[in-house]
Amino acid sequence: MGGRSTRRDFLKRAALAACAPLPFRPALAQGSAGRVVVIGGGFAGATCARALKRLDPRLAVTLVEQSARFTACPFSNEVIAGLRDLRDQEFSYDELEASGIALVLLAATGVDPQARGVTLADGTRLSYDRLVVAPGIDIRWDGLPGYGEAAAEKMPHAWKAGAQTTLLGRQLEAMEDGGLVVISAPANPYRCPPGPYERASLIAHYLKAKKPRSKLILLDAKDAFSKQKLFQNAWTELYPGLIEWVSLSSGGKVTAVDPTALTLATDFQTYKPAIANVIPPQKAGHIAELAGVADRSGWCPINPVTFESALQANIHVIGDAAIAGAMPKSAFAANAEAKVCAAALVALLAGSTPAMPKLINACYSLVAPDYGISVAAVYQPANGQLVEVAGAGGVSPLDAPAATRAAEARIADGWFRTITAEAFG
Amino acid sequence: MLRHAIVGLAVLLSLAGPASAAAAEFPPGASSCSGCHPTSAAVQTPVARLVGRSAAEIVTALQAFRAGQIPATVMDRIAKGFSEAEIAAIAAWYAAQQD
Repeated sequence: MGGRSTRRDFLKRAALAACAPLPFRPALAQGSAGRVVVIGGGFAGATCARALKRLDPRLAVTLVEQSARFTACPFSNEVIAGLRDLRDQEFSYDELEASGIALVLLAATGVDPQARGVTLADGTRLSYDRLVVAPGIDIRWDGLPGYGEAAAEKMPHAWKAGAQTTLLGRQLEAMEDGGLVVISAPANPYRCPPGPYERASLIAHYLKAKKPRSKLILLDAKDAFSKQKLFQNAWTELYPGLIEWVSLSSGGKVTAVDPTALTLATDFQTYKPAIANVIPPQKAGHIAELAGVADRSGWCPINPVTFESALQANIHVIGDAAIAGAMPKSAFAANAEAKVCAAALVALLAGSTPAMPKLINACYSLVAPDYGISVAAVYQPANGQLVEVAGAGGVSPLDAPAATRAAEARIADGWFRTITAEAFG
Repeated sequence: MLRHAIVGLAVLLSLAGPASAAAAEFPPGASSCSGCHPTSAAVQTPVARLVGRSAAEIVTALQAFRAGQIPATVMDRIAKGFSEAEIAAIAAWYAAQQD
């Protein structure tokens, strides 16, 4: 595809940049508004690159991303449950390239915050005035005893959409009626707080229709979760006796897994299911560590106005990798953060002061294909953090009629089309 | 209260200037809306587009959502997070966007 010519263009551009003198503030006076490199082409990175180019077409924006196609996580639980094709989750970067963003299909292997340079897998270097780090999550392969990369081939996490999503879907399809499915959910923070519960719901929807003698146990490292009452009421209503949630205080925390025996151990019991979906502990994508923007928690502290790293100047972190205070690690939040960060970058590169932002998050979960529930909130910077605006936000009403649940499911579907159109075109 | 909002709106509209100059200066919250409200008319969704609407239309809707006067799914919960001045600024910004 366009990969090679893109790289050639990029190398040409890099060569030109190398020939130019390197003043403290390169090229600003010559009509170019500056160079921004974005690492990571997910909801955060792709949205940010496009917003930058839209806000100031003179900016030289480069997107560094390993994969030629992005596979979206939201709605991938529908793929697992056989309700949707994985191809509907895939997006190309063609529109980004068409808008003048330089696409580099390589891994970033290093960042030098002092010299303001990114090193790529082929050894080339890319200079920036401002860098945006948007790598999403990595699995903590040392976070759960027994759960390494090989284990994920037997006990899929399916927490990065793609081959893992397909694997879990196939396992479910192949399972005999009467089988036990176990999902293990991690402690906070992790990508998509309501995701494990939406997944349990949609797998239950599949089992109820296709394998009604089966059962699902959700082992949780928490005592409370997002939209909990809404989920639990819906489970009682739609899937009575099918889903069992085991909280942390009831012994739900999985302490080790054995991929060969296909068992999950808690302090009290060992489970041997037909399917084990292990959603493991997570951290910011590896490049965040290499750039020195992740702290000991594995995530990246930021300035809530500009999303600039609290640890490294001129590097901004958005999306799941960031510690965005009260904002969850959701695609909606990543997209909102990306646009605020882009506006802040344009202001900073022009030498002006970024405005105080407000941000919104709205997250939909499907309990069934025609049963949607949501959580929403508004955020603003306060005391160095993003905090919820008091008096706003909340979840769908507990007593809403079926028509409201159906409307929220339709809105969720529309939201996915809208946000992917904004991020990828 | 309503008159206050309209005056605020008029001031903001007069300050808005050409879209390109104002583009980078999203009023607080405005850039989040397009996560659900599509910028492009080609997107199929039950959620209304904001581009192409008048400021008055957007202000009226947001105030009604905030007051719980019209049926809502999430907009009642979101509108409560914005002051009248912020609502006016968001509406003015959207009204200034080219369709």
